[in-house]
Amino acid sequence: MKKELLVVTGTVMDESVQFSLVELCECAKTTREQVFEMVEEGILEPEGASIHTWRFDTRALKRVQIAIRLQHDLGVNLPGSALVLDLLEEMETLRRQMRDF
Amino acid sequence: MEYKDYYKIMGVDRKATPEEIKRAYRKLARKYHPDVSKEKDAEAKFKELGEAYEVLKDSKKREAYDRIGQNWQEGQTFTPPPDWQREFGFGTGFAGGGQATGFSDFFEALFGGGFSPHREGAFYRGFQSQGEDQQVRILIDLEDAYHGASRTVALNTPELDAQGRIVSNRKTLNIKIPRGIQAGQRIRLTGQGMPGMQGGKNGDLYLEVEFNKHRYFQAKGKDVSIELPVTPWEAALGGSVPVPTLGGKVEVKIPRGSQSGTQLRLKGRGLPGETPGDQLVTLKIVTPPAPNEAAAALYKQMAELMPMNPRQNMGIDR
Repeated sequence: MKKELLVVTGTVMDESVQFSLVELCECAKTTREQVFEMVEEGILEPEGASIHTWRFDTRALKRVQIAIRLQHDLGVNLPGSALVLDLLEEMETLRRQMRDF
Repeated sequence: MEYKDYYKIMGVDRKATPEEIKRAYRKLARKYHPDVSKEKDAEAKFKELGEAYEVLKDSKKREAYDRIGQNWQEGQTFTPPPDWQREFGFGTGFAGGGQATGFSDFFEALFGGGFSPHREGAFYRGFQSQGEDQQVRILIDLEDAYHGASRTVALNTPELDAQGRIVSNRKTLNIKIPRGIQAGQRIRLTGQGMPGMQGGKNGDLYLEVEFNKHRYFQAKGKDVSIELPVTPWEAALGGSVPVPTLGGKVEVKIPRGSQSGTQLRLKGRGLPGETPGDQLVTLKIVTPPAPNEAAAALYKQMAELMPMNPRQNMGIDR
């Protein structure tokens, strides 16, 4: 077993980070078709008028990743994922508030 | 290695039908899915469950597993029977070497790399494939977010050794936490996820940051808030009081005639960034006790000199 200590610096996924369609697909390891379906379902709301100018934020990346995992692990379809994602975000906000009190 | 009781993990009887096993899997998968569950060890439980299901849903694997016998206890030291490979031949007999499953040694010993229990795009035996992304949640102090810090994160990643066998490699990463990071934000470390196979790209590692509860600060986005105790005379007369901020103590001017709940905004005293956050100060008036006659007399004098009805908005006349 080898042990090594690497010092690594990552990218903070804040509002300054945006993805094009191609970049989003690459990051989330998914296909354009799947992203199109998610946009159609309202899971993703890219900025920009056409697919060539679409910009996705980091929240979108997280939503794609979770939707894919939900689909694969639990057999949740896209409308189901859309619902779960919205509820998850709400729960996360509430949990964070609760922790502070 | 330790014996794994897959039936116990899935909470099903040894005689359970495939339908019962599937139902049990779905139910537990919803309970322990790391994206949904807030159970402490959800990640580990979910992985264990996936492993149990991988065996029990497959009639060949299940039969082989059942043949080991049922006299084993979960966690008991286990060695596969000597004729195991010959009899069942799950092993690593496929060309192209093993496949990293991320499953337990027990699973690997019995079933080798197995068939992809992973998500699409993960590892496939002998084919070039991309490594999976990994998610890790880390808890840091608000001070770390303000000043920046580094954190050591230990990860178990399966890797192939020189002989093409799967070995679990404990990787330790020293990760820089940049200043100004906010709760819920993720740090993406490209290529630090699960290893790719046969020249495929490594997955990415995502660190999701959350803050430990702070003694007196609360963070919301990049703003920080604090409840500041003040005396009645500080609130009534106004004046300068010291206030803790993440960057150290600052003097804050309390306006004359402040009340409990009065909010002050200290611009730029929140989490740092291109536009730094603010610190919100909410005043909370603390009542001085009256431990002796002199103090009590003072309160009575106040009552006479400046009578007030704090409940008049409630339709109560005194």
